[in-house]
Amino acid sequence: MKRFFALLSLILCNIFTYAQQPSNVEMADTMRSSGKIYVVIGVICIVFIGLAIYLFSIDRRLKKIEKGN
Amino acid sequence: MKFIYQTWWKALAVLLIFSTLITGLLLPVPRLAILHETIRNLYFHVPMWMGMLSVFVISVVFSVMYLNTGKEEYDLASVECVNTGLLFYALGLVSGMLWAKYTWGEFWSGDPKQNSAAIAFLLYCAYLVLRNSIDEEQKRGKISAIYNIFAFPIMVVLIFVLPRMTDSLHPGNGGNPAFGKYDLDNGMRIAFYPAMAGWSLLAIWIATIRYRIRLIEYKRNSID
Repeated sequence: MKRFFALLSLILCNIFTYAQQPSNVEMADTMRSSGKIYVVIGVICIVFIGLAIYLFSIDRRLKKIEKGN
Repeated sequence: MKFIYQTWWKALAVLLIFSTLITGLLLPVPRLAILHETIRNLYFHVPMWMGMLSVFVISVVFSVMYLNTGKEEYDLASVECVNTGLLFYALGLVSGMLWAKYTWGEFWSGDPKQNSAAIAFLLYCAYLVLRNSIDEEQKRGKISAIYNIFAFPIMVVLIFVLPRMTDSLHPGNGGNPAFGKYDLDNGMRIAFYPAMAGWSLLAIWIATIRYRIRLIEYKRNSID
């Protein structure tokens, strides 16, 4: 597990080394610079965490029923 | 099949997908005309098809195992895998349609990729209709297992082979750029591979939950 996290942190290190490519193609830079993209990420994360917890709770209830049978 | 009751790989699925929600939206992507930011759909639309493919492959394996042994459990596992696969199929189709509206101009423009995906969807719907129309247990199991084994390669050809041989607008088809070219010289792999693995595991997880429910129902019915 320790080695896994060490590997993960090493992999994620190179995120910060990317240089911006100069180009005229339109991207959502303004949204990103004003910080609003993080709001979207937050919303998506909340939705997904909710769904994950819900799935885990279904799994647990099912386990109880299986033990009862 | 002990592992379907274990938790570690379910937690891994959630962790992998969770990481791609952040990296997929924040990491730099290639600046390309027409695609713009929708190139990030690679992390969210394509994994739906990967999840679908994973459970369909498992379904075929269980169909073969059912034909070998005649165990009813394998038949139930196979059909629940198809049920889950169709959910991811629909998610992939709808998310692709939304993308097509803002990239190609229409939700449905009769593109070869869209058309053959729709045909393959009907192919699997026919599997469920065929299955539910047979009352006798063993006959139902055998016929649906054979149908499933034949439906899978046809689905693969329809979705992944034929559109590539014609002028489809879909990325990766007919000379259009595919993700394979970008993720080699960019950091897209960091988000893409965990997304593929994570959504596949999530699809398998949902399929196992459906299978376990089905198993309880089956045991209840056979006692009565």
